[in-house]
Amino acid sequence: MSLEVKDERVRAVPLLGRLLSRPELGAIAGTVLIFVFFGITAGDSGLFSAKGIVNFLEVSAQLGILAAAVALLMIAGEFDLSIGSMIGFAGIIIAIPPIMWDWPVWASVLMAFGACAFVGYLNGLIVVHTGLPSFIVTLGSLFMLRGLTLGVTRGITGRTQASGLHEYSAGDWITPLFAGQVFRTPIRWLADLGMIDKRADGLPAISGIPVSIIWWIGLTLFFTWLLMRTRFGNWIFASGGEASAARNMGVPVARTKITLFVMTAVAAALFATIQVLVTGSADTLRGNLKEFEAIIAVVIGGTLLTGGYGSAIGAMFGALIFGVVQMGIFYTGIDTDWFKLFMGAMMVVAVLFNSYVRSRAMRSR
Amino acid sequence: METPLVELKSVSKYFGSVIALKDVSFDVRPGEVHCLLGDNGAGKSTLIKVLSGVHIPDEGEILVGGTHIRFSSPKDTLDKGIATVYQDLALVPLMSVARNFFLGREPLKKTWFLRQFDIEYANRTAYKELSDMGIQLRNPEQPVGTLSGGERQCLAIARAIHFGAKVLILDEPTSALGVHQASVVLKLIVQSKARGIGVIFISHNVHHAYVVGDRFTLLKRGKSAGTYQKNEISREQLLNLMAGGKELVDLEQEIIKLNNGKR
Ligand SMILES: Nc1ncnc2c1ncn2[C@@H]1O[C@H](COP(=O)(O)OP(=O)(O)O)[C@@H](O)[C@H]1O
Ligand SMILES: [Mg+2]
Repeated sequence: MSLEVKDERVRAVPLLGRLLSRPELGAIAGTVLIFVFFGITAGDSGLFSAKGIVNFLEVSAQLGILAAAVALLMIAGEFDLSIGSMIGFAGIIIAIPPIMWDWPVWASVLMAFGACAFVGYLNGLIVVHTGLPSFIVTLGSLFMLRGLTLGVTRGITGRTQASGLHEYSAGDWITPLFAGQVFRTPIRWLADLGMIDKRADGLPAISGIPVSIIWWIGLTLFFTWLLMRTRFGNWIFASGGEASAARNMGVPVARTKITLFVMTAVAAALFATIQVLVTGSADTLRGNLKEFEAIIAVVIGGTLLTGGYGSAIGAMFGALIFGVVQMGIFYTGIDTDWFKLFMGAMMVVAVLFNSYVRSRAMRSR
Repeated sequence: METPLVELKSVSKYFGSVIALKDVSFDVRPGEVHCLLGDNGAGKSTLIKVLSGVHIPDEGEILVGGTHIRFSSPKDTLDKGIATVYQDLALVPLMSVARNFFLGREPLKKTWFLRQFDIEYANRTAYKELSDMGIQLRNPEQPVGTLSGGERQCLAIARAIHFGAKVLILDEPTSALGVHQASVVLKLIVQSKARGIGVIFISHNVHHAYVVGDRFTLLKRGKSAGTYQKNEISREQLLNLMAGGKELVDLEQEIIKLNNGKR
């Protein structure tokens, strides 16, 4: 509380009580638990070596970019199931023009962002103007986009994948922005100091930090600021919390929601750009199930499925848990089949925990 | 006599064949509580919707501060200082008191090149405005969902006053509240009046209305059944009027006659 409040009825709210009213608490506790768990079971498997850490952070970063945007949309009371096939759609738009028609890569990336933003705008427009649940509307776009991507790609290339993009992207100015590595020099210093292990040839085990991690953290911080410290953030909470009340108070609910659909679609385009430029290939089936993985990360992060409450920081921890568990299972040699069972159970536990926290925070006096 | 803040002159409103209001005149002056009483379907809600710019009347005129006016929208009415607190209160339970207080009118401050929501100012102001009106919050950051019904009503009223309401229209603000909660709201109505605000208080409850009201207008089946100053009418007379007292008295007379005839 930022105020000096003098009143005999004001009692000091215990720290625990105050923490319990923060949405991201569950995800932070979960993250600690997961780290302790793998610290014990995977301690010497290399999960927590420099290379292992970068590996799980990269997985978390890609999902986290989606989750940050999905969190805001969900706080505003809407879902976007179409982001899974939007990733495949954007990837194909990025890869095909350079390979087939010699476009510069930056131009096809720009087009992918534009196309996704437009689809997001359509999603939002349809949801807002028909009043249909966004779950249904975007389920429709999920299938339509996948079908469109498959049909068009096969029509142009005769196949459903496009590879060999590295050849075209390597010299493009846009590549380091999405597929580059940062902090190369500090990493070398740390390796020289013995704080990062070296390979047999004397080079550090990692050459830098993938720039996707910077995007993830940057986007999360930006969205957190947007949510907590801007007028637009207040509108997001109100649109999801009680849309009619928000409308009565002059909040442009429709515009707020449409903007968030566009932002979610742009996050999907960013995900696709990073993935395509890092791997050098695109596949029409990329992004499969990412829409649900993002929702799981957001829900673990403490955002209410019904809207009106949640946080972008929470989604960041949700994505971190996702990455650590996925790579942890890989490193410890547990059959990866168990991963989905684990994440599903984790989400159910998170929902139970969060609804308990919620009812505590909202308890009337 | 002071010019009314807002005045309806011989207003009629029809919904197809339904006559919702017929030839009704109504006004409110600064620092006055004018109670609007009437049975279900009497036309109270229609009357305040005309006053708040939701409905455009079919006949009659509207004057604001003595000049003729045609409201174009509820927003337009709000800009003219006429605020309506509807029964749903337009509050978001999961959001903090301060965020609700400034919903749709968030204060901004400039830091560097950014225009941010000034949450500290919002917290401070919401806390101060409410405590000035006798509502002590534990914390301006507590969710509205943790407030009692009376406190929520007060929050909605305080918000309207803070944003410059000259006329406050309250639709049944006490009907869903217990005795103690209702008295908190009634106190706030008296305070608003002391600030020179004209209050239009819609109620079913004559006891609540009589405590705070200066004038009383009764609506019956879309028509005005008279406007009374407080010194012209007693609580019992008002109660009788409200409860269809005349019909009951007539009925009583007839029963007496019947009994006499038998004897
Ligand atoms: N939008 C509308 N369309 C048709 N009839 C309406 C409408 N609004 C109100 N009415 C009718 O007008 C009459 C007065 O209603 P109302 O003003 O809501 O009464 P009150 O608020 O006093 O209970 C009722 O008979 C009601 O059915
Ligand atoms: Mg009514």
